[in-house]
Amino acid sequence: MADKSQVCSVWVGSETGILKGVSLSKKQAFNFCEMSCLSRDQEVCVLGWGDEHETEVLVGSVNGTVKTFSTEKGIFTETRQCGESTQGRFTGIAVTDSALITCVETGLLRVWKEGSTDTVEINAGTNVCRMRQNPSQRNQVATGGKENGLKVWDLERPETPIFTSKNVRNDWLDLRVPEWVRDMSFIPDSDKIVTCTGHHQVRVYDPASPQRRPVLEAHFGEYPLTALSLPANQDSVVVGNTHGELAILDLRKGLVRGCLKGLAGGVRGLQCHPSLPLVATCGLDRFLRVHSLEDRSLQHKVYLKSRLNCNLNSSAVTGDVEEVKEEGGEVDEVWDTMEMINDQAKKRATDEEEAVVTGVEKTTKKRKVVK
Amino acid sequence: MDVVEEHDIQDKPTKKKTKKPKKQPKPPHENGNDSMIEKTEPEHVDAPAEFSFPPTFSVSEIKNKQRRHLMFMKLKQEKRKKKKKERDALGDKAPPKEVPKTIENQRVYDETTVNPEDEEVAFDEGTDEFSAYFNRLTNPKVLITTSDRPRGRTVRFCNQLATVIPDAHVYYRRGLALKKVIPQCIARGFTYLMVINEDRKVPNGMVLCHLPDGPTAHFKVSSVRLRKEMKRRGKDPTEHSPEVILNNFTTRLGHSMGRLFAALFPHDPQFVGRQVATFHNQRDFIFFRFHRYIFKNEQRVGIQELGPRFTLKLRSLQKGTFDSKFGEYEWVLKVIIYYQIHVKCCTSKRYAISP
Repeated sequence: MADKSQVCSVWVGSETGILKGVSLSKKQAFNFCEMSCLSRDQEVCVLGWGDEHETEVLVGSVNGTVKTFSTEKGIFTETRQCGESTQGRFTGIAVTDSALITCVETGLLRVWKEGSTDTVEINAGTNVCRMRQNPSQRNQVATGGKENGLKVWDLERPETPIFTSKNVRNDWLDLRVPEWVRDMSFIPDSDKIVTCTGHHQVRVYDPASPQRRPVLEAHFGEYPLTALSLPANQDSVVVGNTHGELAILDLRKGLVRGCLKGLAGGVRGLQCHPSLPLVATCGLDRFLRVHSLEDRSLQHKVYLKSRLNCNLNSSAVTGDVEEVKEEGGEVDEVWDTMEMINDQAKKRATDEEEAVVTGVEKTTKKRKVVK
Repeated sequence: MDVVEEHDIQDKPTKKKTKKPKKQPKPPHENGNDSMIEKTEPEHVDAPAEFSFPPTFSVSEIKNKQRRHLMFMKLKQEKRKKKKKERDALGDKAPPKEVPKTIENQRVYDETTVNPEDEEVAFDEGTDEFSAYFNRLTNPKVLITTSDRPRGRTVRFCNQLATVIPDAHVYYRRGLALKKVIPQCIARGFTYLMVINEDRKVPNGMVLCHLPDGPTAHFKVSSVRLRKEMKRRGKDPTEHSPEVILNNFTTRLGHSMGRLFAALFPHDPQFVGRQVATFHNQRDFIFFRFHRYIFKNEQRVGIQELGPRFTLKLRSLQKGTFDSKFGEYEWVLKVIIYYQIHVKCCTSKRYAISP
């Protein structure tokens, strides 16, 4: 189990409660779960890294438990009860300085400190759809939801948010524009936050500027946007909607740069790789797809038998890709690395697998009708 | 010549026999001193004769279409005989017979095909929205309605569907919004809502919504044949629950659809009624047929088609009850349309669903 989990570069959580690890270089997917005690209330809502070295995956389930999965050991090491299922599903999970931050749909944002049972609680309004942590300033989190605008909280001052957004002006019929923040992301190297809404809008807010209204607004499609991610290079954002349409939008003017094709079902999880121009998407059509952002082509497609809720990329993907590139070259150094890979592959082949292994195919087929 | 040609047309299967009478009158003609006839005759004479072709003659040079066709058929027969002779002569060493390529042969294997022993899929299906029906906790109760202001054909189709599906009730739409109808249906214990959409006096769409919180499937309906239009049909269906046959629902999406259709009918079919409803999936079209069968002896069955017949094509499968604007879609049909110039304009209303 341990060697399987060490190879996995993408982690996916499914509705059946199974944590799946996918190794793109080896083109295999593994299930990490206890098959005997599967149940729907263990449905994975959120995934997050437990630490900066990406050795622990935090898995948040519907019944309120947060399990810690160790990638090195390949087993679930810890289970914590962080609330009950009556309080709603997890909408965000994050870690700062040995404290766990969780947010549920009813708006209860809690910071669980290790060792002590008391928690710092923040009420972020009702109907929160997503909570995200600022990667550069780890004590800032943003929340947003249905009729609940974007709010940025500092965990050291939990009474009031440091930034509350204001809704845009009334439209041309003088009617209030409904708000529904589905996902948000902090733009690195600046204070700005990008959100996508259920009314197919993408908005950029700047807390540093005096206006609380969005600085930029863009539209895409006619269906609710469910997920958003920022790729490694600046000035663009990848969004996905409930029809499986993925688009890359440019944040300078708000125009659509291109669409990624292939998805047949609603996008539930979307994450760009931290350094490479790749984006991994998972959704209700039970496939994990990896697209390249430069030429918008499909790189990998994996069939994972349950509906998928969220995915998490590890920077280990760089390792896989670099090894592949080195195999192409014919340098003496490369021969050594090639031999090493073969030995490891042999070892893995001889290991008996307890978990279910499914095959992955690279798509070359093109069909008119997408399933 | 006319007489000979008529012979030709009438005695096509015995064309070899007609060749002989043809040849007989011709030699006397050729023996005639008319040089014109000699020049024109060779074209006519040489064509049916097989042994005196000029070297570069081919069947396609015969101008007469019927004769050309006949010659071609003969040529093919000769070729086939020759091939069979060669094959028989080789005996065991003959190369294996080539299987013709069909669309079904050439299909790329779909990786989402469900393996019957797969535990994960079994768990997924055991706990999904239809599990209440398959665990025998609920009985199906179907509400059939249409889009607003249906015309006669659609109304008759709905009534016939109500006879085919046991415990189905037809209600007039009265312009109600589906989102408001659904909570009322749930309150009254319905398990399915079926909305037949009509366009230009003909049913063309169906929305099938599994009720408590289940998936909503939107289909395109085509080739609807009502009972009067069916040839050699039997008497009207009785109240017995039919058996259900689901063919070729092999992929994961197919499994979901199969369960959707199976949950429309009561759990236990009444074999006394000898009625069967078939949903046959081929190339993503689902053909619905309703038959009554009778076993004449142990090997032979007679069937009579009753009831309406229609074909469905899935356009989208949405998780949750009907919500086309904000719902999440599990599968959406995405077609790459190559723009063609339409002679008739197809109105955008054709596939609209009135919510």
